[in-house]
Amino acid sequence: MTTILKISAESLEALFAALGDSGRRILGPTETDGRVDLGEVQTPAQVADAHLQLTLSAKEAVFPRVERLLSYKTMPGKVELNDAEPDIQPTVLFGLRPCEASGFGSLDSVFNWDSRDKFFNARVEQMTVVGLSCTQADDACFCTSVGGGPGSTKGSDLLLTPLADGHYLVEILTAKGEEIQALAPHLFQPAVNEDKEALLAKLEPHFDREALTAKLPGLFTSELWAEQSLRCVGCGACAFVCPTCACFDIQEEADTKEGQRLRCWDSCGLRQFTLHASGHNPRSAQAERWRQRIYHKFSYFPQRFGEAMCVGCGKCTRACPVDMNLKEHLTQACGT
Amino acid sequence: MATKVATQFEPKITAFVCNWCTYAGADLTGTSRTKYQSNVRVIRLPCTGRVDFMLIQKAFARGSDGIIVSGCHPNDCHYTSGNYHARRRWMVFTELMNFIGADMRRITFSWVSAAEGAKWAALVDEVTNTVRELGPYTEYQRLIDAGVA
Amino acid sequence: MEVLRNKAQDLLAQGQAQIVIGYEAGTGGIRRPSFARTAADTARLVWDADCISNLAGYLTRPEIKRMGKTAIVANASTLRALLQLTAERQLAEDAVLALAVAEDGTVTELATAQAVTDHVAALPDALSAADREQMNLLASMSREERWVYWEKELQRCIKCYACRSSCPMCYCGTCTMDCNKPQWVPVPSHALGNLEYHTVRAMHLAGRCVECGECGRACPVGIPIHLLTCFAEESVHQQFGQKAGASAKLDYALGTFRPDDKESFIR
Repeated sequence: MTTILKISAESLEALFAALGDSGRRILGPTETDGRVDLGEVQTPAQVADAHLQLTLSAKEAVFPRVERLLSYKTMPGKVELNDAEPDIQPTVLFGLRPCEASGFGSLDSVFNWDSRDKFFNARVEQMTVVGLSCTQADDACFCTSVGGGPGSTKGSDLLLTPLADGHYLVEILTAKGEEIQALAPHLFQPAVNEDKEALLAKLEPHFDREALTAKLPGLFTSELWAEQSLRCVGCGACAFVCPTCACFDIQEEADTKEGQRLRCWDSCGLRQFTLHASGHNPRSAQAERWRQRIYHKFSYFPQRFGEAMCVGCGKCTRACPVDMNLKEHLTQACGT
Repeated sequence: MATKVATQFEPKITAFVCNWCTYAGADLTGTSRTKYQSNVRVIRLPCTGRVDFMLIQKAFARGSDGIIVSGCHPNDCHYTSGNYHARRRWMVFTELMNFIGADMRRITFSWVSAAEGAKWAALVDEVTNTVRELGPYTEYQRLIDAGVA
Repeated sequence: MEVLRNKAQDLLAQGQAQIVIGYEAGTGGIRRPSFARTAADTARLVWDADCISNLAGYLTRPEIKRMGKTAIVANASTLRALLQLTAERQLAEDAVLALAVAEDGTVTELATAQAVTDHVAALPDALSAADREQMNLLASMSREERWVYWEKELQRCIKCYACRSSCPMCYCGTCTMDCNKPQWVPVPSHALGNLEYHTVRAMHLAGRCVECGECGRACPVGIPIHLLTCFAEESVHQQFGQKAGASAKLDYALGTFRPDDKESFIR
């Protein structure tokens, strides 16, 4: 049951203080040298102004780039094994774009699919997402083509939409959102007749995601993928900035006396991703790796979980050294 | 009764030495009963040409506070030119490491022949004293485990 | 622009090239690599001051080599890399037809390594003024300040390898980073893994880097990593007097030696 309220800029500042007092850490978009990263903030003034997107995604908050799973020491006759217990603080992710917020759902599908991932869940449990609707979009954005939107509430516990008078429209969406409201209920005012849609960025859909999913199985042997991937240099930038890419590598760093097992991001774009111990590589060409990326997100994943593994944020396009524009490539695939 | 002695910092020094000159030189130091400080851990390699710069980084990453790389004098290489190639690599490596801000006072390159047992002892003593003075290489050691959630 | 498109069209029509690599307009008007194999494709080709990326990395790709004779719209970086790749025997001499576009739009065919060498010799220094300034700033810092600077910059590295993938000189089929028996450089992007990766990359590019800055531009998190490779390259240039990308005949500086190389730093 969604409650719709509004909050003034001054009250938002007071809410930040209340969040801090409640022992919550606030992570929000912060700007350094023209780059917007997720950083710790205490006041709304520290949050990057009018930013479009974080460079990296907020998935780092629940799926860090490197995390310890366990460590061990070997001694004569025995091994001392220690499960890692991540030190996790209650955290508010403030000002995430709706696309970014909805990405947590995809991650959840993967990390809780057959077994429940201790590390992911421990972080998610302590996390509250305060989304921020988009009033602008760029050429890389395509959320409306994959079921999202500039004001989508999916994945947010609480969604803010900037109003023309400096206030924010507040949608309280979940129990975690209510907890935030309960910290300082007096800061919120009733919202009357606010037209949220009118405030949002306008972004026409470019393709029909379901039609694409239906079409992909027939395109597997198409020349299209080799054609599109000719430009691709085969790095992992797209996957690493992606809010939904969940592939990881397990690395053991050890010597004869002690070691630790780490989980770190991996990418299907990298040659080594599928390299077998025998030396054989089932995806030996970049065209095959590019096709895998598209198929995983828009064919295999929807078949298994009912929705695309893509939120249309366009981070991959912006991060790509050679402008592999995903929206453009998917639109092209739809038209093939 | 054991009396408590004020513990002074004892640096870990890793020495990458070639099999043919410096290792034999260090052996001569021992057989000559020359005393030198025991902070050095010797790693014997076929030639200084084998001393990949990554070995130096690995030694720091495993907690070395100082490093010695030593081999045959020019013209004396068992493999004719391994030390010449190594020297070139170090010329660039030392500049690059300095550019990233590594403490180059902690890396010593030297030529110690099989006949220079005394030089080896003096070198180890000097490097050990210098590094003891510098203290533990905390700048590098703080990288260990940093960035792991 | 029309001159370039017509030239590309002619080359393809007459069979002098099976593919023309150049630039086209991308997202939000930025310039990105383009591959023309038909007359229709050549209409996408553009050339202007924004065409700064180094395209030479594509020349060693098996997918491209299989297509036949390649012509490439080449800026200074691409030309230098082309020479260096030839010097490193990754490309046969004269295997690639370089198309140098002048400011007025005229296109010069550089069909031989010698022609490219002569053309490159007249071009200004590779490193931009801003990068030179940053290099000087770093040089003026204390050693401790430089360490803190790089520690802070490199902690952002996510090991996506965009730098390696976009570098024309990083053509190795199996990179040292991928050697895992044993694992030489840590895979995770923790502090130690990042420092080792970037120093190894700089050392492996010393004497080979054409200072195009592509790695720095490719970095999604904006680390000026090209300064490391440029520094290593300049160290080689200053100490051994040879510059990568200046000639198609260049011996690898660290693969050779002189008996009278600097000795003063050795005890």
